[in-house]
Amino acid sequence: MPVIIFTEHSEDKIKKSSLEAVSYGVALAGKLNTEAIALVVGPTAAPLSQLGEYGIKKVVHANDTAIIASDTKSMAAIISQAVDAHQADVIIFSNTLTAKGVAPRLSVRMKAGLVTGAVALPDLTNEFTVRKTVFSGKAFADVTILSPKKIISLNQNAFEIIKSTGAAEVIPFTTATIPSSIKIKKVNRMAGEISLAEADKVISAGRGLKGPENWGMVEELAKLLGAATACSRPVADSNWRPHHEHVGQTGLAIAPDLYIAIGISGAIQHLAGVNRSKTIVVINKDPEAPFFKAADYGIIGDAFEVVPKMIEAIKQLKK
Amino acid sequence: MKILVCISRTPDTTAKIAFTDNNTKFATEGVQWIINPYDEWYALVRAIELKEKDASIGIHLVTIGGAETEPIIRKALALGGDEAIRVNSIEEDPYFIASQIAFVAKEGSYDLILTGKETIDHNGSSIGAMVSELLDMPFISLATKLNIEPTQAIVTREIEGGEEEAEISFPLVISCQKGMAEARIPNMRGIMAARTKPLAVKEPQSAEKLTTTKAFVLPPAKSGVKLIPAETPELLVQLLREEAKVI
Ligand SMILES: Cc1cc2nc3c(=O)[nH]c(=O)nc-3n(C[C@H](O)[C@H](O)[C@H](O)COP(=O)(O)OP(=O)(O)OC[C@H]3O[C@@H](n4cnc5c(N)ncnc54)[C@H](O)[C@@H]3O)c2cc1C
Ligand SMILES: Nc1ncnc2c1ncn2[C@@H]1O[C@H](COP(=O)(O)O)[C@@H](O)[C@H]1O
Repeated sequence: MPVIIFTEHSEDKIKKSSLEAVSYGVALAGKLNTEAIALVVGPTAAPLSQLGEYGIKKVVHANDTAIIASDTKSMAAIISQAVDAHQADVIIFSNTLTAKGVAPRLSVRMKAGLVTGAVALPDLTNEFTVRKTVFSGKAFADVTILSPKKIISLNQNAFEIIKSTGAAEVIPFTTATIPSSIKIKKVNRMAGEISLAEADKVISAGRGLKGPENWGMVEELAKLLGAATACSRPVADSNWRPHHEHVGQTGLAIAPDLYIAIGISGAIQHLAGVNRSKTIVVINKDPEAPFFKAADYGIIGDAFEVVPKMIEAIKQLKK
Repeated sequence: MKILVCISRTPDTTAKIAFTDNNTKFATEGVQWIINPYDEWYALVRAIELKEKDASIGIHLVTIGGAETEPIIRKALALGGDEAIRVNSIEEDPYFIASQIAFVAKEGSYDLILTGKETIDHNGSSIGAMVSELLDMPFISLATKLNIEPTQAIVTREIEGGEEEAEISFPLVISCQKGMAEARIPNMRGIMAARTKPLAVKEPQSAEKLTTTKAFVLPPAKSGVKLIPAETPELLVQLLREEAKVI
């Protein structure tokens, strides 16, 4: 019966996207009159009992498995053991890079229908129908899960974190060891950056900035606002910015609360990756730039004059 | 060495997204169809690049789709696939599609199965991982680099906040994204050759359907942009704080 939420951690913290998934799972369990269990895999110093503050009463911690997240097969095997042990019917993921490898494997393993990119709680009056993004955010589809077991992978920034009070009981969970067929040779992490997928504010710039040497003001604005930085595809293709900053139809799809686009024309392929942002601000010197049609706020002007003034205004505000 | 590349057909990236039949079907009128960009630019082209270094590699393509997908299969053959298999089904459930690909893959005993990162219409990013589980193979998602050695692949994949390089023995499944390959366009010779390359049509095997799409919904239109004079960006900052409440 219960709803199990696959809860990810990094640097000894529960990830923000997982807190969204936890809130979603708790809300769904409420609707289904059942309990919500958080499943945490791998050792972590994150204070798991604090998941109680998000409505969780029980945390199942598979802490003895030093398993690598990249090993999708072992990961799916561990999750399915926990699902079986608790006879859960619904499994919730946040649609992270890890989930993209694991949730579909689990779907096959458990013959559980999977909806990835969910944006809302299932409609239970209409069988079990979940709304998800399709056409790269240009539309939604209502997908009904037909199987008794169900998996939902929730889009990041699509569901609000809901706080409650209480402490959760943490129950260690021992899993059968699974040999890994993947040898990790090297890991490169960009330290200190805000993850673009999880960021609630994103400052993005395009070819209008003329060259990589002009990104200083973008980074300064981002830093002031605690935002992540992003860019249009040609900018990444010209190696002005790292590839992982590329957003759009063929890059990352994001849905932050605030997206500021500087010197980006707003081509349909760019919009596809950012149009779910809650507030969109466009700064472009061309009044005809298509991006203005998708924007909430706009400034028609030269970025090299407007952005430094914005930075000043924000500094004033912070004083 | 045999590589199977999973090819799907999607509407062109500029296609107008609209629905018919009471919002249950995508409106295809006037829509141009393309090979899903991830399948073409990264999965297929990387397979072709590998074959250019080692001519003994065979590249097979598989599409689960109706007869209307054949033009894009021919295009994929023109780019450099050796032969193609179309499983004649218009079923859209990911588990069903993955099951069909797994049947084809089993028959052909491939060393490497490549998919795109995701389809730009369904946005599932799930078929590759499903196929790997059905075949009990390792799966590497979101690969940005792929090199092969006689018994194993060396793959770089995106992880949160960085990347990771791994070694995995064949056979395996990899989903491909940006970074994998250099873009290319089919040339005349390829287009001519593609006409006579084998394209086998198979009927689907029975497999379960775990999901079904009931309806589509378009997002509400934006109410219109509020323009702020360029001389007063501080007004924008104020609105973002007091009206939108985002900073
Ligand atoms: C299949 C396919 C997939 C694609 N996928 C993506 C994708 O995922 N993401 C993506 O971004 N693109 C994608 N594209 C490319 C897309 O079509 C556009 O070419 C691209 O988004 C344009 O980038 P841009 O806006 O930075 O550059 P441009 O179109 O060159 O626009 C630059 C803008 O800057 C403005 N500008 C210039 N100087 C200034 C100034 N001083 N101050 C203020 N504004 C200024 C100009 O008015 C202009 O609007 C894809 C294309 C195809 C065909
Ligand atoms: N109908 C199909 N036929 C063949 N391959 C497909 C099909 N649908 C999806 N794929 C492959 O699976 C990948 C991921 O698709 P999806 O899970 O729908 O996002 C695509 O990039 C393709 O490589």
